[in-house]
Amino acid sequence: MITALAFYMFAGVLVASATMVIAARNPVHSVLFLILAFFNAAGLFILMGAEFLAMILVIVYVGAVAVLFLFVVMMLDINFAELRQGFQRYLPIGGLVGLVLLVELMLVLGAWVVAPEAAALRQAPTPDAAAMSNTEALGRLLYTRYAYLFQASGMVLLVAMIGAIVLTLRDRPGTRRQSVAVQVARRAEETLEMRKVALGQGIGEEKGVVTHGTPGLRPAEAAKTATEKAEVR
Amino acid sequence: MGFLDRTARSFLLAELVSGMALTLRYFFRPKVTINYPYEKGPISPRFKGEHALRRYPNGEERCIACKLCEAICPAQAITIEAEPRADGSRRTTRYDIDMTKCIYCGLCEEACPVDAIVEGPNFEFSTETREELMYNKDKLIANGDRWEAEIAARLKADAPYR
Amino acid sequence: MSSLINLIPAPLWHLIMIVAGILAIMVPLLVGVAYLTWAERKVLGAMQMRKGPNVVGPFGLFQPFADALKLMTKETIIPAGANRLLFVAAPMLTFALSLIAWAVVPFGEGLVLADINVGMLYLFAISSLGVYGIIIAGWASNSKYPFLGALRSAAQMVSYEVSIGFVIVTVLLCVGSLNLTAIVKAQEGMWFFIPLFPMFIVFFISGLAETNRSPFDIPEGESEIVAGFFVEYSSMAFALFFLGEYANMILMSGMTTILFLGGWLPPIAIAPFTWVPGPIWFILKICVCLFVFLWVRATFPRYRYDQLMRLGWKVFLPFSLAWVVLTAGVLVAFDWVPK
Repeated sequence: MITALAFYMFAGVLVASATMVIAARNPVHSVLFLILAFFNAAGLFILMGAEFLAMILVIVYVGAVAVLFLFVVMMLDINFAELRQGFQRYLPIGGLVGLVLLVELMLVLGAWVVAPEAAALRQAPTPDAAAMSNTEALGRLLYTRYAYLFQASGMVLLVAMIGAIVLTLRDRPGTRRQSVAVQVARRAEETLEMRKVALGQGIGEEKGVVTHGTPGLRPAEAAKTATEKAEVR
Repeated sequence: MGFLDRTARSFLLAELVSGMALTLRYFFRPKVTINYPYEKGPISPRFKGEHALRRYPNGEERCIACKLCEAICPAQAITIEAEPRADGSRRTTRYDIDMTKCIYCGLCEEACPVDAIVEGPNFEFSTETREELMYNKDKLIANGDRWEAEIAARLKADAPYR
Repeated sequence: MSSLINLIPAPLWHLIMIVAGILAIMVPLLVGVAYLTWAERKVLGAMQMRKGPNVVGPFGLFQPFADALKLMTKETIIPAGANRLLFVAAPMLTFALSLIAWAVVPFGEGLVLADINVGMLYLFAISSLGVYGIIIAGWASNSKYPFLGALRSAAQMVSYEVSIGFVIVTVLLCVGSLNLTAIVKAQEGMWFFIPLFPMFIVFFISGLAETNRSPFDIPEGESEIVAGFFVEYSSMAFALFFLGEYANMILMSGMTTILFLGGWLPPIAIAPFTWVPGPIWFILKICVCLFVFLWVRATFPRYRYDQLMRLGWKVFLPFSLAWVVLTAGVLVAFDWVPK
């Protein structure tokens, strides 16, 4: 009895929040309703005893995908009044397309015959529920019977990821990047030299040493170092 | 330092660990906290605290209403009005300091030719209302009477360096 | 007494037991959170050669209650441009999420509210939801700094969850179960932090990032974006964020304890250690982890944002991925795979 109640609650909230996803005026509210829908779907999974799927749904969709949705939607600055401006004008053609789709769907659903052996086929690879937890059962199926399909879907995701990176990667020339390893490896003794400077002598004799403003430098030398510096520039 | 050494150090988080060792050593060091209302830190003789108007030892107020402090005050916190007294000496009838304007720079103290206005050692004069911080002559004279011993000692201690 | 028990129908009795269990976890947890704020101030103080709070009560022990009273008597301010519902809901969400995770945490042999098969996944799912409170708070405030804080936080928490996920996978490879009790029991011979030491470090550092603790507290980095996502919050709403952050710290320490420090197991299974009950060991280990949290805060300066992302994606992710492969390889090569 409690299970049935819970099912109707989860299912009802799921359908209602799914409706609100498309009905909500504020896109952020839409995403939040989407998250609510995910949660209720996870609840339905738990009612069916598929706790692994439920948790993965929450982790992957709510914990990562919906966060990114929210991230993007929050940064959008959409004026919804403007978007709805042409609503009246496009209503007839939109309604027509919708009607065609509805008729097609009804035809498909009306002609749909479930294969008589489908139920048996669906049950076939499923191990005994009492013998092992559903995490283990899923793992055994995925990594033995469907290993190639599993790997193939992994490859598809990998290709999609690399594609996204390739599309967005811009190599801007002339930017200076921080190399943490080089910075950490830098030692004081390699870059600094401590000198004892006698009073009034300066350190202007050697090349490569900044002489600028050194006391005791003769005017001729000062002019020479100045031109050297200009050449360097 | 060799590449291996460096790599090993960065993977073993050597710098982070040495930093944490340092803070752990400080964790056990004796604390320097002063239990403030009951204990107080030492104050320099030049500390610029609450203002006070001083008197001569015979009880006559020092201020001669020259208005040098009023003129020099960068925050224009001081207001002075003066009239000759019955005995012919020139004294202030009004000496106000707006303590909410004062920046405690000590220029009034420096400008004063007779050491009348001074900034004393007191720094605990917070009030509950703003009005209480508009000091008048009575308040300043009272401050002077109250802190005279400390102020005199401070002036004496600082005198050799002036 | 027994007749009284018989009077109550069984399902109701079950419900009462569950509520009692929840209270038995929540009340000490909230007291623990309160005293964690006290301990943080004391530890930070000591490491900076200060005394920390010492006026309210002996050793300042009543300070958390004084703070709570102060926050409760303050005015709740809702900014004019804020989304009222979400603005109020965000701190509640943060706080609630930090509490519901404790449902699956085993305090001792069989001492757990809900001993579910996928306990580790549940904990991971709940900790990955923590970002919502922050994002919603940042957006609902309708203000610049909170929004920047929320964006930072979203990117940061999603990044570090990936490496946390891999660390958890490594541990699960060694255990062969997602059940938290099973994970602790698998450590009876040796706690996992010894064979998986690098992963322990990665997990701990990622845990710091996941709970927005220093040196990864850039979502609230006060020197750049004032207080980040909770700039606009005051009074109890602020207090809920505050409590949520500290409850998350305790939860993260609890996860570290369960995954790597042998949960409620004593360090050595011999006489004087085995006399101490399991929950005490569990709490002691959590306290040690929390001390390290505070210690780290006292030691390191805040990371810059691009460095944080670099650490997460370019250092921790490849490293933990490589370690997953290595662990799996070693387990298979020596035929140590559990079951």
